[in-house]
Amino acid sequence: MIEARGLTKRYGDKVAVDDLTFDVRPGVVTGFLGPNGAGKSTTMRMIMGLDAPSGGDVTVNGRHYHDLPWPLHEVGALLEAKAIHPGRSARAHLQMLAEANHLPRRRVDEVVELVGLTSVAGRRAGKFSLGMGQRLGIAAALLGDPDVLLFDEPVNGLDPDGIRWVRNLLKSLAREGRTVFVSSHLMSEMALTADEVVIIGKGRLIAQLPIAELLDQSAQRFVRVRSPQVETLRAALDHQGATTAVEEDGALSVRGLEAPAIGELAAGLPVVLHELSVQAASLEEAYMELTEDSIEYHGEAVVAGAVGGST
Amino acid sequence: MTTAMTTAVATATGTRGKALPSGRYDTVGLLRSEWTKLRTVRSTMWTLGITIVVGIGISALATGETRSHWATMSPATRLSFDPTKTSLTALLFCQLAIGVLGVLVMSAEYGTGTIRATFAAAPRRPRVLLAKVVVFGLVTLVVSEVTAFVSFFLGQAMLTAPARHATLATPGALRAVVGTGLYLCAVGLFALGLATIIRHTAGAISAYVGILLVIPIIVEALPSSIQHDVARFLPLRIGGVMMSTGLSTSPHAFSAWPGFILLCGYAVAALVVGGILLVRRDV
Repeated sequence: MIEARGLTKRYGDKVAVDDLTFDVRPGVVTGFLGPNGAGKSTTMRMIMGLDAPSGGDVTVNGRHYHDLPWPLHEVGALLEAKAIHPGRSARAHLQMLAEANHLPRRRVDEVVELVGLTSVAGRRAGKFSLGMGQRLGIAAALLGDPDVLLFDEPVNGLDPDGIRWVRNLLKSLAREGRTVFVSSHLMSEMALTADEVVIIGKGRLIAQLPIAELLDQSAQRFVRVRSPQVETLRAALDHQGATTAVEEDGALSVRGLEAPAIGELAAGLPVVLHELSVQAASLEEAYMELTEDSIEYHGEAVVAGAVGGST
Repeated sequence: MTTAMTTAVATATGTRGKALPSGRYDTVGLLRSEWTKLRTVRSTMWTLGITIVVGIGISALATGETRSHWATMSPATRLSFDPTKTSLTALLFCQLAIGVLGVLVMSAEYGTGTIRATFAAAPRRPRVLLAKVVVFGLVTLVVSEVTAFVSFFLGQAMLTAPARHATLATPGALRAVVGTGLYLCAVGLFALGLATIIRHTAGAISAYVGILLVIPIIVEALPSSIQHDVARFLPLRIGGVMMSTGLSTSPHAFSAWPGFILLCGYAVAALVVGGILLVRRDV
């Protein structure tokens, strides 16, 4: 369990994290979403006690990180890829962490095998690819068999097989009852991995909710209707207060009225329906709607195209 | 491969509600951790290897050179000749290698990002610094003392008759040999303190070299009336006294032990300031 209460971080005049309050619960994968520069990494460093908050408070399992008696037994984190001395072997890196928290040496071999690095564990980490560095970081996070796990962009640099492996790993860790908090800018990946999301922009909390709810709320969600009597149906729907539009292929997109209501309305007219389907928004669309006002660094094309001067 | 790794999760990580060990992480664990860190990077072997080879090698050269010129030396020079100091002076070169290692012990953690893993495992940062001081201090002390004793014995063996040589029984000789090792250890810890304050390898090494070797050159340029009053506080001057038996000591210098205490004061001051900053700053 991670609890942030009014968590704030200022660097001079700039507010990186602004009054964040959220909970990360055990047993589910919680995604941490936000545009670049939104304050995700700063928040994770404050959870880990590496950066001191300017205001507010954050605890892990009810304690400040600084006060955990056996930090690695309780919290594991992958904060950045390849944060390892290039001259030190993967095994030596894990061993020095294990020793600091009295973890047995065989645990090092276990996690090395778990992440699939056994054959290269004795090699200098400077020769590792980004993907191998990520696996080593994940091994370090799992070292103490902790209840709480933090991963900052864990799939960066991984190949498709590695991405699928991380996804399954995060889910199985959550299934075992652990608290799993994972940041990513890859919406498609989050849609497949996370059960809940904490969304921030410009350091502020935008939303915390289950992914399913986020998708339901989105304005991008609509009901697609096809009918040979499309004009009759459209007039009736407009009369009911729904917003309708004709798609390129002649189908009708309906917002503001749910599928059962549309079906009943059609039956009463009566109008024949060839299709009645709910078009869920993608997480990416839902996320863009929420964060379009809080994108910190956008390219020119993005400003003109997607955000359109709303900021 | 993917399935194998996934199923391994369940067996390797076990079930929840696990019991924590009693107590909390302690200095013993941190000492072992720092020892592993120190011995698993090549820079340790390089810097300590250079210390031993350069220290002993240049000592042999210096004493051999003195022996070959003994016949042409003036009586006054022969009288003031300190065989102990001649066999140990080369160890002043070693303070560069020891200082670089002292800097790297801390700055390499910042440079590589390992520091975040270190403080995640041990959030009480001054304890980590203390463990580094103990492990690095003991390792450099052993290496420096061994180098000093070997240099002394080898150097004295090179100073064959008619040149004068010393034994450990010569007044001040044992103190000078032991003092040489202590000096190197103390400047190494000073370098560790500087690196804790500065956090960047290049910056910390520059500061270290500046204080040890550049400031003495600047002091040389001062008017002679104040020159020696300033110079006596310099680590290099203190080291020079510690390495000699006292025969050729300048009156404008602290004697060996007061000088050493002052030097330790520098190291402690750098480490304390570093420790305070370590707690205050974000990582």
